[in-house]
Amino acid sequence: MRGRKPHDPNRPAPFIALRAIGKHFGGVRALAGVDLTVRRGEVHCLIGENGSGKSTLIKILSGNTAPDPGGRIAIDGHEIENLTAQEATRRGIQVIYQDLSLFPNLTVAENIAFADHLRRPVVGLASRARLREGARHATARIGVTLPLDRTVGALSIANRQLVAICRALAADARLVVMDEPTASLTRHEVQALLRIVADLRARGIATLFVSHRLDEITSIAERITVLRDGVKVDTVDAAGMTEARLAHLLAGIEQEATLPPTRVATNAQPARLAVRALTRSGEFEDISFSVAPGEILGLTGLLGAGRTELALCLFGMTAPESGSIHLDGEPLALGSNRDAIAAGIAYVPEDRLALGLVLDHSIATNITLAVLPRLASRLGLIDRARHNAAVAHWIAALRIKAPLPGNAVATLSGGNQQRVVLAKWMATQPKVLILDSPTVGVDIAAKQGIYDIMADLARQGVSIILISDEIPEVLHHSHRVLLLRAGRIAAEYDAATTPVARVQDALGA
Amino acid sequence: MRDLFRNFGRSHEAFLLIAVVLVGFILAVATPTFLSWRNLFNLIDSYAATGVFGAGLLLVLIAGGIDISFTATAAISQYLTASLLVARGGDWVSVFAVSAVVGAAIGTLTGLLVHTLRVSAIIVTIATLNMLYGVLIFVTNGAYIYDLPDWFTDGGSLVEIADTPDSTYSISIQAAVLAVVLAATAVILRHSSVGRQIYGLGGNAEAARRLGVNILRLHLLVYGYMGLLAGIAGVIEAQLAHSVAPAALIGTELDVLAVVLLGGASLAGGVGGVFGTILGLALLAELQNGLVLLGISSYWSRLLVGSVIIVSSGAAVLGRRAQAARARTDKVPARG
Repeated sequence: MRGRKPHDPNRPAPFIALRAIGKHFGGVRALAGVDLTVRRGEVHCLIGENGSGKSTLIKILSGNTAPDPGGRIAIDGHEIENLTAQEATRRGIQVIYQDLSLFPNLTVAENIAFADHLRRPVVGLASRARLREGARHATARIGVTLPLDRTVGALSIANRQLVAICRALAADARLVVMDEPTASLTRHEVQALLRIVADLRARGIATLFVSHRLDEITSIAERITVLRDGVKVDTVDAAGMTEARLAHLLAGIEQEATLPPTRVATNAQPARLAVRALTRSGEFEDISFSVAPGEILGLTGLLGAGRTELALCLFGMTAPESGSIHLDGEPLALGSNRDAIAAGIAYVPEDRLALGLVLDHSIATNITLAVLPRLASRLGLIDRARHNAAVAHWIAALRIKAPLPGNAVATLSGGNQQRVVLAKWMATQPKVLILDSPTVGVDIAAKQGIYDIMADLARQGVSIILISDEIPEVLHHSHRVLLLRAGRIAAEYDAATTPVARVQDALGA
Repeated sequence: MRDLFRNFGRSHEAFLLIAVVLVGFILAVATPTFLSWRNLFNLIDSYAATGVFGAGLLLVLIAGGIDISFTATAAISQYLTASLLVARGGDWVSVFAVSAVVGAAIGTLTGLLVHTLRVSAIIVTIATLNMLYGVLIFVTNGAYIYDLPDWFTDGGSLVEIADTPDSTYSISIQAAVLAVVLAATAVILRHSSVGRQIYGLGGNAEAARRLGVNILRLHLLVYGYMGLLAGIAGVIEAQLAHSVAPAALIGTELDVLAVVLLGGASLAGGVGGVFGTILGLALLAELQNGLVLLGISSYWSRLLVGSVIIVSSGAAVLGRRAQAARARTDKVPARG
């Protein structure tokens, strides 16, 4: 598409048109040649797996990141050379980020009317009554009543999302971009959100949903754009799309299950890890399950269902209020995560960058961080030769692609960083490995690598607990799947025989 | 309106107010002098500089920053102003203007450093405290300035109050400045657009950035305001002391920080207000003054103030937990 086509006067220009958008970070390609148009008042879905470039595309269309040279952006048919965040806001583009970007210390009214403060001179005084009126007006537009004088920190997630939507409306939004809006909502709350989106459409305000899931939001979309590995796969009309076809577009190839043959007869073997009636009030309640040696147990549920809290408890980071944990038949009393590591439990956190790695330190240092006492000589000093041998072993075993073990972890790609984290925990020779969302933010090839490693470890007899909110992932790569809802186990599925849709239905119920 | 009272009843300020009244009552009963005009006026005069510093620090803390270099800023502004005053003469307006401008300039530079270095503000201001103080001592050799003009050391008296025919007290320059500064700070925080932006920045800096808040401008503004008030505090301290000593103010940073934290501000930013700071100041003044009046060593007051800070910040944490618990039970509103 070179050159500008003369505009057809009978059809209004789309609200926004992105052409040939590319973006590289360092040498890494995040986006290449992506076209995206959102019509006025359209409900458009942008879907793609984690790492497919969705968030980069949002940053570009909201003016927070400049695309590589050659990309073009037009709003209302006018080409815009340098789209800044201020310009995007002025033209009515409002992004509701996954974290909602609200001010927890301000009231609902102050949050909704916040943009009003930015339009005033520094010395300007704000009329509280008028701001409050503006906020009330915005809530009335989507037909909700919110406690305007309550601080946002005291609201539920669903209500905070409504505040964010009202704030976008108060800023005269013409396109509302919602990043993963349903990730933490129950089905009831999702329905309420969908009704609001229908209202927006009726008022000519476009919505761009960004998601990595094929859930309810695709049902109200008019068009769906699919991204994969930074490239647009297709933009399709939502009418007549089936979930199977979408899944096919999303993943490119049908994902092959990489499970080892279930030679582990899970109920015949004595359990490796047995959890009985584990409870921490406010986090999870009455959790009982067991994992056999060589078994992969999937654990899924909405954000905030207690998945991570449960994992932290099994890893000794928090103490259960009641219930018991048995490892190989022996009761475990975990006073800290040091006890858990000593007992043979390893935990790879969800935010591997923040919690799992010392980014500025070398690959070697990171791999041996958790096992330094075992590499020490009698004097308590590190035995260099044993240290280097251990590092070489794990770099080879996990196929970490790095020029030198002395390089900083920060120089590695996301997938290789993930492998370093895995290597660090594998070096502790765990009996139970807990992986919290191990494939978030890595590309498809790296994902496959992680699944292969999981399958390998399971064959060697390691018990794995795989936490993920991607239901196809847990179903394809586990033996059994537990569904957590509001801190309790809501259902258990046999992964081999359960269709994805059944778990998806149960998820938000 | 009823909501306002209900919120106040749960608020940090309400507990502080009770504490201030209670301690005041105990001191009034236990000592004959606490509740006398003379003592109250003396208290206001001697805690005015702390209060003026506190108002500036309050803004910085709400914005999510911190500044402990303001005493050095005040010392420099004060010294420069006094030197000029001795050499060239001047009047109240010029004295306050010079000191405030010098202070604001140093404060703005501090803000620029904090913003551009992207290092935590406590590190930056520990460094600037040492640099500014070092330069001051080097240049002045630590020499005091005593020969201030009489009109300055006599002070202005605005209103005179007599409790007995032979002793009169006046609203001092310290009290007047403190009142004006607190009122101005309250207007900035509660009623101005920039005030809301300061609370927003402290509450969620990333959200403020995404919404297009000019964060550099806010940083310059809050640290500049801190510097401006430091300059003003320097003047009223010099007037009270009838002299300028380079080292007089250094070391009082933590008292000011204690007042503001006691008043409900948080190192995490986003919370606090002028009323709380006034109560924090009152409580600190009562505790320190009360122990002196009761004849207890003033060293104990440090222990006491420290304990009060720990108790009150512990209470604040419990309050936030209760709020988080309420958030979990909050329901989706009905569509009307």
